[in-house]
Amino acid sequence: MNMTQTVDARGLPCPQPVIQTRKAMEEGGEVLSIVDSETSQRNVTRMAEKSGATVEAEQLEDGIYLRITLGERPEAQAVPTVGAAPEDEPLVLVVPSEMMGRGEHDELGRVLIRAFFHTLREVEPLPDVVVFLNSGVKWVVEGSPAVEDLRALIEEGVEILTCGTCLGYYDLKENVAVGTVSNMYTIAETMLGAGRVVHL
Amino acid sequence: MGPETLAQVLRPLRELFPAEQHPDLLVGLAVSDDAAVYKLDDETAVIQTLDFFTPVVDDPYDYGAVAAANAMSDVYAMGGEVILALNICGFPPDLPPGVISEILRGGAEKVAEAGGVLAGGHTVDDEEPKYGLSVMGMVHPERIWTKAAAQPGDVLVLTKPLGVGLITTVLKADMAASAHIDGAVESMKKLNRQAARILGQVEVRAVTDVTGFALLGHGYEMAEKSGVRLRFHLGQIPFLEGAREYADMWLFPGGTCDNERAYQHGVTFAPGIEEEMEQLLYTPETSGGLLAAVPREQLDALLERFEAASHPCWVIGEVMEGEGVEVII
Repeated sequence: MNMTQTVDARGLPCPQPVIQTRKAMEEGGEVLSIVDSETSQRNVTRMAEKSGATVEAEQLEDGIYLRITLGERPEAQAVPTVGAAPEDEPLVLVVPSEMMGRGEHDELGRVLIRAFFHTLREVEPLPDVVVFLNSGVKWVVEGSPAVEDLRALIEEGVEILTCGTCLGYYDLKENVAVGTVSNMYTIAETMLGAGRVVHL
Repeated sequence: MGPETLAQVLRPLRELFPAEQHPDLLVGLAVSDDAAVYKLDDETAVIQTLDFFTPVVDDPYDYGAVAAANAMSDVYAMGGEVILALNICGFPPDLPPGVISEILRGGAEKVAEAGGVLAGGHTVDDEEPKYGLSVMGMVHPERIWTKAAAQPGDVLVLTKPLGVGLITTVLKADMAASAHIDGAVESMKKLNRQAARILGQVEVRAVTDVTGFALLGHGYEMAEKSGVRLRFHLGQIPFLEGAREYADMWLFPGGTCDNERAYQHGVTFAPGIEEEMEQLLYTPETSGGLLAAVPREQLDALLERFEAASHPCWVIGEVMEGEGVEVII
């Protein structure tokens, strides 16, 4: 696994540098991608980071050298790394409702979920990603009592993804207080690429 | 050519034809819009425009139809109808005649569909195929749509989804799914004629078509020329199937970056908008839809008419006081 593949993408128009780097990454190992523009640098870097790789850039006289190491970040999933153990794969927590559990009174469900977010800061392991769906999105908007706890989770490195369609449905798009607004493609990819998905 | 370079090379031409010496040129270099408009008399103005490009899709017939729909779009964006078109062709000498005739048939049938007539053209040898049209249209001088008359309070509507530019880029790299290609081709082949006609049934303030400078670039131009600020709601902007997926893979063409560089000084994004969605809104479109600013009180009537015609129309934002463009979630 110490093999390094070199992709010389200098002089290639976009999106060729991204495509060739991606193909090399799919074969595993470290990839050295050489580009000659800031645009290519950014596009290759963002693509690689989205795939869970880390990128080190070095500006040399004859180009920008991007050293791409696969799968060191927990959300590594888009590019499969050979032999990755299940415990290295991300733990995804899905919050599909504004309540925790179902009982006679909705109020209890809200109290429980709030307590859950508060407790989450203290427990191990932390989820890598928390996905808010359906009425669950009400927890990430202004006025939600969970905002502070969720911010603390982000500081711990937890990624918070919120369903944009759901925000739109509840007319809350302009009130998001914490996390990243995402789309179903990213959410589906996150859930399907997870090592473990926990539904609240 | 990026928008910055273009503005730079056109500046000397503007000085050569001062606006005050050509009062009948209603829309030209001085105010730069989708097409040139020249007033013949109080009842008639001619619209003149041209566009051509290298193949964007594999099928020659579709390529011809897309190039023609794209070239004629500027006439619709000015509020006119197509009268006459001429072919502009550059073909490699070894391109089989059967392929050429399919390209020309695609273009000619589009002109016929638009109610215009194709009357000739010019062909040169070229390394890579190029095809498009020079188009003449007509409009009543008092019913010209420019980009310059949007007013605060107006609503912004869009008549085609975005994403063809990204999908055709991915197609060229042989990575696009065929369903996504089909969707993009259908969208590009569709004339803006019906959308323009429906818009013409209400009071429309400003219209442009979304092409090479992308939604944000063309939006910025409308804002600048109208002296207003445009606000787009990302969640309401329609995208073709596949576009978000390819954006997530960062497969943007070079034009995306050119547009970003040219317009980012005037564009702001709300926090929480993913960087690839920003890039997608900067990605050039081909044969895109019409972007129109409509008085809010006309909106219901307009949407009813679009629905009655089974023609899509999305409300994607509003016009505000200020300058530039903002995108919110």
